[in-house]
Amino acid sequence: MKKKIGLPAFLTDRKYRSRTTSFAFVIFGWVILEIMMNTGSLSSLFTSLLVPVCCYIVAAIGLNLNVGISGELNLGQACFMSVGAFTAVCLSGSLAQTIPSPVIRLILSLFAGAFVAAVFGALIGIPVLKLEGDYLAIVTLAFGQIVKSLITNTFFGIDDAGFHFSFVENKVELMPGGKMLLNGPMGATGTERISNFTTGIILILISLLVVFHLIYSRSGRAIMAARDNRIAAESVGIGIFRTKMLSFVISSCLAGAAGALYGLNYSTLVPAKFDFNTSILLLVYVVLGGLGNMTGTIIATVVLVLLPELLRSMQDYRMLIYAIVLILIMLLTNNETVRTALQRIRRKVRGKTNG
Amino acid sequence: MDERKTPVLEVQELGIDFGGLTAVNDLSMEVYDGEIVGLIGPNGAGKTTVFNMLTKVYQPTRGTIRFLGEDTAKKNVVEMNHAGIARTFQNIRLFSGLSVADNVKTGFHGRIPYSPLTAIFRLPSYYRKEKEIDEKTKALLEIFGLSEEADNLASNLPYGAQRRLEIARALASQPRLLLLDEPAAGMNPQETEELMSMIRLVRDRFETSILLIEHDMKLVMGICERITVLNYGMMLAQGTPDEIQANPEVIKAYLGE
Amino acid sequence: MDFLSYLINGLGLGSVYAIIALGYTMVYGIAKMLNFAHGDVIMIGAYVAFFSISDLGLPLIPAVLLSVAVCTLLGVLIERLAYKPLRSASALSVLITAIGVSYFLQNAAQLLWSSSTKVFPGVIPSGGITWNGLTVSWVTMITISVCLVVMTVLILFINYTKTGRAMRACSEDKGAATLMGISVNRMISITFAIGSGLAAFASVLLCATYPSVNPTLGAMPGIKAFTAAVFGGIGSIPGAFLGGLLLGVIEILARAYISTQLSDAIVFAVLILILLIKPTGLLGKKLREKV
Repeated sequence: MKKKIGLPAFLTDRKYRSRTTSFAFVIFGWVILEIMMNTGSLSSLFTSLLVPVCCYIVAAIGLNLNVGISGELNLGQACFMSVGAFTAVCLSGSLAQTIPSPVIRLILSLFAGAFVAAVFGALIGIPVLKLEGDYLAIVTLAFGQIVKSLITNTFFGIDDAGFHFSFVENKVELMPGGKMLLNGPMGATGTERISNFTTGIILILISLLVVFHLIYSRSGRAIMAARDNRIAAESVGIGIFRTKMLSFVISSCLAGAAGALYGLNYSTLVPAKFDFNTSILLLVYVVLGGLGNMTGTIIATVVLVLLPELLRSMQDYRMLIYAIVLILIMLLTNNETVRTALQRIRRKVRGKTNG
Repeated sequence: MDERKTPVLEVQELGIDFGGLTAVNDLSMEVYDGEIVGLIGPNGAGKTTVFNMLTKVYQPTRGTIRFLGEDTAKKNVVEMNHAGIARTFQNIRLFSGLSVADNVKTGFHGRIPYSPLTAIFRLPSYYRKEKEIDEKTKALLEIFGLSEEADNLASNLPYGAQRRLEIARALASQPRLLLLDEPAAGMNPQETEELMSMIRLVRDRFETSILLIEHDMKLVMGICERITVLNYGMMLAQGTPDEIQANPEVIKAYLGE
Repeated sequence: MDFLSYLINGLGLGSVYAIIALGYTMVYGIAKMLNFAHGDVIMIGAYVAFFSISDLGLPLIPAVLLSVAVCTLLGVLIERLAYKPLRSASALSVLITAIGVSYFLQNAAQLLWSSSTKVFPGVIPSGGITWNGLTVSWVTMITISVCLVVMTVLILFINYTKTGRAMRACSEDKGAATLMGISVNRMISITFAIGSGLAAFASVLLCATYPSVNPTLGAMPGIKAFTAAVFGGIGSIPGAFLGGLLLGVIEILARAYISTQLSDAIVFAVLILILLIKPTGLLGKKLREKV
């Protein structure tokens, strides 16, 4: 093995290089965007997209752990975002008087959103992870619909007498001065907007740290072993269910934190926001970015969230073009000729940097 | 057999049916501490099925498996590994997306454990345990001549190296009994020769007993101390290599008529 | 009596799901892919039927036939252009492509015909037969009959024609089928053609019951029919039939007796329960991995 003297391991070791790249990429992007914001060269449209992009990135990183590293097709990631979002919105709303500091409330709400989503993940994981392949996928889809449906039918309010809760029919009657935190299909309204871009970036960095620390550890190897060969993994003493559960729960937990940040960025939020289409979008980010490739996920998310906005001049045609781009990318990346050409280029680049 | 030695594995009247079809029936055998035992028989005799029952990939229909004196009826695949049985597979089953070194490291899963939280927060014990795993992995790779390939993907290894890697991975879980399913399949005579001395070395150095399935008679007769012959899921004969070679039943089963 | 009429309505809705589910299950059986765009083919079918009745003034039967022709062509075209180049790609790539096609169809429909909902003309006379206080509408009767006919014809086709047997051979083992001189690509094309043609039938039946046409019309029935296919064991044709009917009945009964808002949640909860008891669906085959 070649060892370059003087350089720390995170630069030389191929294993840690992907981690370094991801971190460098996020921090670099952050600095650039901060400079642009402070010099006023960022349009208000793009500024308003900063927090949502961070949220989608965090949820997609979680999903990549689930789909890329653990190899389970999850079609319900949005429901964990939803759980996180409405948990955070309700908590922040009910603590508004008790804790005036928005920063502390934001941190508490993020933790609460992440935690409750993780609990949902664990509960849903029990039946889901007993299944395999496409059946597992369809059950995550089913749970996504169920959770959406449950949240759409929940009414939750607070007044001086305490919390009021009802299900399916709105029977919550509040005293004057009371506040409706979750209003069935209307979702949350009048939320104080306390999330910000910096929190988003910190959340991305934390989720990268969690995922990379997990991947390069005993548990990460077990997760990938269970993905590559179930029977062999069991035969070396790896419990498949526990292993898959670990990645599923962490994935839901990250989606919950992402949802919490998202929910606290808008004054109104409807449960229908986190539907099957959002789950599918997150999956598209992960697949386009490359399974298991976290930097790729970040880039794909940024590009695909911005693409419809960049295509605004095309007006009505933008979503059509979006769809065509999606199909073309899939066809091209799976095309033999294109593939070999890409490999040749990659080898050339690598040859230059090594030589 | 040497009376002082203790049995590691005791199998009694073991049998399994697949939908009314009896695949293995009434198999009784022992493997003693430090022994190399061969399990041979014509194709379809049920040899791999026996391995699958010993590791609980299949749950036996009848009979008992005692390992290190304990009944294993309630154990599953993972628990059998933790109890001390490791195996390789006839159709190689490596973790193709992991590097050669990481494949071996998965073997330490049950032996050098630490929690996911330790990993996420990078607690001091993470570094300690990972260092131990790293050193032991390097030692194993060295023995199996895979040091050069440590960082390559397991799926990129040549066939013979993949078989060696499977053995290294199995040994990482520090088994008391190692099951080798056709370790010499696809190897040339020289590689087989090396494999034979490697198997002996494994037995001595890792203090494990070995039960192996093999079609290469040179290997079986050369390293096994005792041999069990299966035919049509039934035990045909048991004995030392010399006894087996002289057994007319065995010769008949192999040559037909 | 109430229960009986709910049950019959459930069978009616279930018949539509069953016909859509057949498309999913046949494609899955042979191409091993989840064709997410199937729901949107239904939507296109609905628009074609809508325009041929209200703009071209065609009677019902020719309108349905035109819709079937367009959907069949569309299905084959989608398969040729988007899925065929990905025959050897990972399942996820194919899935994402199918999602792309679904977006494409929805947005194309929106561009061509605007996103406002159009009211599907009443092609089937309202009312029905009343017997002992139990009323069964014409729509329900026709839907159930069409489903039974489709099912019978399809099973006869699959089991007793050369093409049908070739399709089954492909879904069992593509390699062996190729060796037997069967063109796998042709069989996949035929499967897509049949599945999409059936989608057109489903679209008209769906619009006869719920007479509103818009670009996202196919999404929810698509997901539900897909669920129905999994219910019955994906890849199995009788399974899709059974799953579709069951799903329709469960949905209508849940709406009637438990809660309208929660009916979808209940449908999906039942699906999860069934999969936990039978991990490969009601009539699905269990495959054992060889060790």
